[in-house]
Amino acid sequence: MAHPLRGATAITGLGMTPMGRVFGRSATELAADAIALAIADAGLEKEDIDGLLINAGVSQGLTLGLQNYCGFAGLKLLNNMNAAGSTAAQMVQYASMAIAAGMARHVVCVFADTPLSEGKSAGAAYGMRANAPSRPRGMVGLYTAAGYFGANTPYALAARRHMDLYGTKQDHFGEIAVAQRKWAVMNPLAQMRDPMTMEDYHASRWIIEPLHLLDCCLVSNGAIAVIVSPASNAKDLRQPPVYVHGMGQGHPGDNNRAGSDWETETGAKLAAQTAYAMAGIGPGDVSICELYDCYTYTVLVTLEDYGFCGKGEGGPFVEGGRLGPGGALPTNTGGGELSAYYMWGMTPLSEAIIQGRGAGGERQVARNDVILCTGNGGNLSYHGCLILSPHAS
Amino acid sequence: MTQETIVPKPLPEPDEASRPFFDGARQGRLMLMKCLTCGTVRLPSRRHCDRCLSQESEWVAASGRGTVRTFGIMHQRYHAAFANDIPYNVTVVELEEGPRLPTNLIGIANGEIRVGMEVVVDWEHHDDVTIPRFRPA
Ligand SMILES: [Zn+2]
Repeated sequence: MAHPLRGATAITGLGMTPMGRVFGRSATELAADAIALAIADAGLEKEDIDGLLINAGVSQGLTLGLQNYCGFAGLKLLNNMNAAGSTAAQMVQYASMAIAAGMARHVVCVFADTPLSEGKSAGAAYGMRANAPSRPRGMVGLYTAAGYFGANTPYALAARRHMDLYGTKQDHFGEIAVAQRKWAVMNPLAQMRDPMTMEDYHASRWIIEPLHLLDCCLVSNGAIAVIVSPASNAKDLRQPPVYVHGMGQGHPGDNNRAGSDWETETGAKLAAQTAYAMAGIGPGDVSICELYDCYTYTVLVTLEDYGFCGKGEGGPFVEGGRLGPGGALPTNTGGGELSAYYMWGMTPLSEAIIQGRGAGGERQVARNDVILCTGNGGNLSYHGCLILSPHAS
Repeated sequence: MTQETIVPKPLPEPDEASRPFFDGARQGRLMLMKCLTCGTVRLPSRRHCDRCLSQESEWVAASGRGTVRTFGIMHQRYHAAFANDIPYNVTVVELEEGPRLPTNLIGIANGEIRVGMEVVVDWEHHDDVTIPRFRPA
């Protein structure tokens, strides 16, 4: 018997503001822009919205006050959610469960962030501990004393361990960066549209070995909103529905605990089991991947944990342009967070919706039956996913 | 006229919870918290055991031996105090007893560091705090 949530809901609206070095608007204002765009995109009226799920990014500019700013009254579902980069997928999950339970009908899920300030470097917003007090209190000071700064550090540490355990090469990370840039070149929304070669990749400066600058995601201001609706209602709305066939989460937790293999086995593994079972599919059925790609390595390890290849085989798996245009497993088809825009989990989700609708223009993938969309947060600590499809069942 | 300001490194200041760790470090002993209920050892210091949630614990000395769990070579200047150290290694050492510590390896070139290599604790003494570093065993 099919799982009751399989195909119960669909994504019916998508609203995206300008993204990147977008200044002069607060996160709340950007969120309101994205919500208005999503409602119009779906062909709904503002009064139809009865649920609002909010996710503030690193700048923490959104609060529950967004409800009042937008003038939503009588909501049946409201929360300000945070599971880092896994939140976008999770918002769609909770919206779907609430809709299936009859608690709400049209739920807006919105993310907005303004990490960039005019005149400041892009990395400043993610320089964890770099602005630590001169004497951090307690053992956290061992991190600062060791010069362990930024989100880049834990991901470099994870990637290094994978390289040493499995023989993964720098070129493998480069393959991912180059493939995604090829997609970005065809995406009018992408911030990075100049072609990139493997030589360009290797020539980009080191941030923390083994991560080059081109292994790391962009930092963007902007907002994205999506609307989740009952499947029964979705086909009467303006856009081709993108149905939710499966969902899952996996959170391995404390990454310093003895025995943890957080570097090379992520929460994706657990999330995959739940989501594949719900959708009634396996990795061989997936036509397109939209994977959270804060770093090239995140893509590689996520592919392994979803069973596209064995553990440790991610490097050879991505060789030969497999993930790029014309490849066997089109992945991050808008350029992803590396080359398009960094809206946390809304980056893979927005591109999954575009591909599911067949609205990808020059970059549209012909076979779009099953789209895997993932979100990752923390230091590979939190994971959520959706399996989406243009088909109702 | 330019004047060079020497920015001190952001060294930890012991608090109540971590004082036994830093007192031990001062005397050349690497201290771990041990759960009196289930025996699990843990770092960093915290009130509850993250295996059984017991609050009963004692501090015990570790062997000071471990292996390189993983490492990175930092090129990005995040903090002025590290400007002259770039490129420097950021290393996570997995202690023989299980817990892991962020640290730097000393006495080895960056290019020689390998995952899994055996290391032993060394101590870097500052005016009022001592920090664990590790060197090849
Ligand atoms: Zn215990």
